[in-house]
Amino acid sequence: MEFAELIKTPRVDNVVLHRPFMSRVEGTLCLTGHHLILSSRQDSNEELWLLHSNIDSIEKRFVGTLGTVIIKCKDLRIIQLDIPGMEECLNIASSIEALSTLDSVTLMYPFFYRPMFELIEDGWNTFLPEQSFKQIESLSVFTQWRWVVKDLWPTLKISLSETSDSVARSCVAHVRFLGPDPNPIYFQVMMRSGQPLTGSNGRRCKEDEQLINATLRAGKRGYIIDTRSINVAQQAKARGGGFELEAHYPQWRRIHKTIERSNILQESLIKLVEACNDQSHNMDRWLSKLEASNWLTNIKEILTTACLAAQCIDREGASVLVHGTEGTDSTLQVTSLAQIILDPTSRTIRGFESLVEREWLQAGHPFQQRCSQSAYSNSKPKWEAPVFLLFLDCVWQILRQFPCSFQFNEHFLILLFEHAYASQFGTFLGNNSFERGKLKLPQKTVSLWSWVNRPQDTERFLNPLFEANSLVIWPSVSPQSLLLWEGVFLRWNRSSKCLDEAYEEMIHIIEHNKELQSKVNTLHRQLAELETEDVQLETP
Amino acid sequence: MEHITTPKVEQVKLLDRFSNRATAGTLYLTATHLLFIESNTAASEETWILHHHIAVVEKLSLTTSGCPLVIHCRNFRVVHFVIPRERDCHDIYSSLLLLRRPASYDDLYAFSYNPKQSEQQRVGGWQLIDLASEYERMGVPCDHWQLTDVNRNYKVCDTYPRDLFVPVSASKPIIVGSSKFRSKGRFPVLSYFYQEKKAAVCRCSQPLSGFSARCLEDEHMLQAISKANHNSRFMYVMDTRPKLNALANRAAGKGYENEDNYSNIRFQFVGIENIHVMRASLQKLLEVIGTKSLSMTDYFSGLESSGWLRHIKAVLDAAVILAKAVTVEGASVLVHCSDGWDRTAQVCSLGALLMDPFYRTIKGLMVLIEKDWISFGHKFADRCDQLDGDPKEVSPVFTQFLECVWQLTEQFPQAFQYNEWFLIQIHEHVHSCQFGNFLGNCQREREELRLKDKTYSLWQFLLNDQENYVNPVYQPGFSETHPVLEPSTLPFSFKFWRNMYHQFDRSMHPRQSVLKQVLSLKASNRDLEKAARALEAKLQKQGVFLSIAVDSKSKDPVHPVRPKSLILSAPLNCKEDEQKLSVCGSVRTVEGSSSDQNGYNEEEEEPASFTKPEPTLVSLERGVARMTC
Repeated sequence: MEFAELIKTPRVDNVVLHRPFMSRVEGTLCLTGHHLILSSRQDSNEELWLLHSNIDSIEKRFVGTLGTVIIKCKDLRIIQLDIPGMEECLNIASSIEALSTLDSVTLMYPFFYRPMFELIEDGWNTFLPEQSFKQIESLSVFTQWRWVVKDLWPTLKISLSETSDSVARSCVAHVRFLGPDPNPIYFQVMMRSGQPLTGSNGRRCKEDEQLINATLRAGKRGYIIDTRSINVAQQAKARGGGFELEAHYPQWRRIHKTIERSNILQESLIKLVEACNDQSHNMDRWLSKLEASNWLTNIKEILTTACLAAQCIDREGASVLVHGTEGTDSTLQVTSLAQIILDPTSRTIRGFESLVEREWLQAGHPFQQRCSQSAYSNSKPKWEAPVFLLFLDCVWQILRQFPCSFQFNEHFLILLFEHAYASQFGTFLGNNSFERGKLKLPQKTVSLWSWVNRPQDTERFLNPLFEANSLVIWPSVSPQSLLLWEGVFLRWNRSSKCLDEAYEEMIHIIEHNKELQSKVNTLHRQLAELETEDVQLETP
Repeated sequence: MEHITTPKVEQVKLLDRFSNRATAGTLYLTATHLLFIESNTAASEETWILHHHIAVVEKLSLTTSGCPLVIHCRNFRVVHFVIPRERDCHDIYSSLLLLRRPASYDDLYAFSYNPKQSEQQRVGGWQLIDLASEYERMGVPCDHWQLTDVNRNYKVCDTYPRDLFVPVSASKPIIVGSSKFRSKGRFPVLSYFYQEKKAAVCRCSQPLSGFSARCLEDEHMLQAISKANHNSRFMYVMDTRPKLNALANRAAGKGYENEDNYSNIRFQFVGIENIHVMRASLQKLLEVIGTKSLSMTDYFSGLESSGWLRHIKAVLDAAVILAKAVTVEGASVLVHCSDGWDRTAQVCSLGALLMDPFYRTIKGLMVLIEKDWISFGHKFADRCDQLDGDPKEVSPVFTQFLECVWQLTEQFPQAFQYNEWFLIQIHEHVHSCQFGNFLGNCQREREELRLKDKTYSLWQFLLNDQENYVNPVYQPGFSETHPVLEPSTLPFSFKFWRNMYHQFDRSMHPRQSVLKQVLSLKASNRDLEKAARALEAKLQKQGVFLSIAVDSKSKDPVHPVRPKSLILSAPLNCKEDEQKLSVCGSVRTVEGSSSDQNGYNEEEEEPASFTKPEPTLVSLERGVARMTC
């Protein structure tokens, strides 16, 4: 298919762009296969480049022959274009509509994007699963664990060598040691999986029981955290799913927690964004809409469950198995957040990237399905759900509570949110490793990490307050401690100039401190050198 | 002290109000404080509660472990003691009832507080704030405004200060006439003068207009105020009450100005609720946020039904209207409510804060509070419940003012010289009765109490500790680019002030404080600069020419990144906290963050089964959270 077929009018002059908190721009509007470009032509910096894939919905209105197109983006921004001429306006609108809803993945921009920067390190090779597991494998404790490579979910996993591969589900372990020296006696495993397929007639699977039970040594206890309420888990039996019966998994204790499922989460996002964009209402309506959106309730539930998992590991010294239904949504929220709490490396930039790779991309979170629409879409959501955004929001909440313990800043989280929904990079394309492999993404697209990890680009994501902190960080989950993530949800609704300037000032203070420190050190050295010289002179 | 029968009780338990964690210790009752000292740990932590801070003492019904005593403080501390013997509990309880609010001013802490300062220092503290020079700074007296001595002996209005500014054209008979037509004789006087436009913010109480009464002098008075400003043909009269309340007042012979009787006024209601509504609102808010294992839904619906943020928004909305009328339209504004000492004080002071950068400095806020609150007779004694008075007179009007200032500091992090600890500290001492500033209801009363002779001033005390109250990212230059603040008053711009209302609930705060961090960096910068200078001098003595220079402004700032609010919190008492950190070093957590405090597994229902319970697993019945304690 040629993009040209979809572009009915490639260029319109005298288009006026309105954006919140910015002055209007008049210029020429161009449509390309992947971008909507508006250029004022006078001033080169007055340009808007908008990826078609970032467009969530468009609306058109007419006053006489002046058409207005309102574009609502997946990053929650809303812009307005005034286009003279009814025909042009209609053409533009329908072209945008067609281009922003392309079916085929291979027509997406990442397949066409050529980086303008020098590739220092190919992000596709930075976080290969082999590396993260090899480390574990090398430890003697895990002689009974081995690699299993499979086509489908997930690409690589650890399973126990004595059990067969045809278990009802697969587990992926994240191993954590207490203390700097991995003492083989004290270790806990955090695993995730899909639900067991017990069905309504209580099917058993010897291999599964063997696999799960074998991870615990005699006398040890483990916790199975089911992210569904007991009722939902019961209902899942009718569809062939289910949960572990204690009788068959005697060393394990099951705990049910309630994390909402995809369509409810999508609705929650839509309501929240609607509340944030409605500026007409009074305090009572704002608070009741915020409450009705349930967004922060979801945040609280997810964080609470993650804390519970972390607590089992850190305080109980127990191993944990987390699962929901598929093990690709709420499960990942819990396991990845638990690692943020427990593991200081996951609070560094590299560590966090590796976490996203391991716990989200390789674990088969269906990014393409979940992120194909955001809060403004008119179509009824099918698979869309802000599961990843909720995870990022939770990380932000922890970051707010431990502002010095993260190497990255809020901006890094916002970047990941944007790129999960629309990107020039191939990282978040596809629904699982298998699909990504078929699409040959590493060969045909550029990885987001290739760009982010360039030192000059990393700089803006660094948290100036960061001081490595090897401790476990327990966030507060009380409602008073959780906040609306203004950086995402109010980003386009208020001016952040004053806050940005204050942040710069803070960076300045920190930089100044470093400079002064090095200056004082240099002076000390100089003085010391002089003094030794003096001594030498005095004692020939 | 005759009120204390049991000065010391041992083996008292202090329960955390959210996690039920208990610490054992000894309770001491002194003449001024209730003191709890933890017994077990090496760095036994102390909890000091000033008697005057206590709002409510409750004795709950006896339990197996003892007699619970719950104390709610005006600074939002809530402590829950369990005292082993009921007799002791009763003794403490009845002593506290007598001690928390004395019958006369002489028994307040301020009259016995002695910080070991010289008499000279004490007197100096009282001379720190001088309102006469503040009026001079504003630009009065001038052609149109003059100082009047009509209230020299508090004869015309006994709740106003002696020195008042009125229009030059308002003669004494007019003033006296007008005062007779205003509630409590509080006639229109100058509160703030906006020099740039020669526009005035004036304040008064409601007119005694009833359904049809008029007063020519009062009409003249308003005309004189209006005429004193050549920039505008009219003046605004802002009635800060809801219209309904003002209408109801008419039946009592009070009411509001009739636009027909006054030439060139524009009359407007702004709808701030009265002290009773505010008192109930705060009470509701505190109830909601004090709930154990509060759900998000209950939190938001509680926040909404308390109406607290709605009231905060109403106050700030009114201040914004005032500031706009003065700075944009150049019109003079007369602000009043019923008596002109609650809502009027809020709106006038916040309006001035928006218009004048001076009030955004540490000294400036002190001046503003002295002027609009203390001197104009906000009834601190009644509103803050200093003496055993009418509980219906108590209201968090001043707390609301401080919160509005805080909301502004969140929107304009570089505009204020002070940080939120400063505001919280002021709040603390408005209720502590430790300093003389806020005692009594008006200037006349304060003079009678001879506070300046017998007590200390809060302002000196705060200035001595100034480095803790400085906003590290304050930019004096900000006031040049933003002389007038234009805050957003959209609902989402208002936040719950956790650091005020939960200031003593450590588990709820961020475990690392940006503010604290940046403050200490700033302090370290000062030390390093000093060290560098000393080293340079030494080197120069040795005859070395120096080439290294650090220009603090030359560096290009890193990309502006979307920030979080900088005024992140930390527990108020930093020193105490550092000690804390070293104590809990054995637990692998940051600053008292701990999993068992947070109760992640609060609502976990009884799990179905572990067939063979083992000792370690017994406590698992109520969930993992409790087990590790």
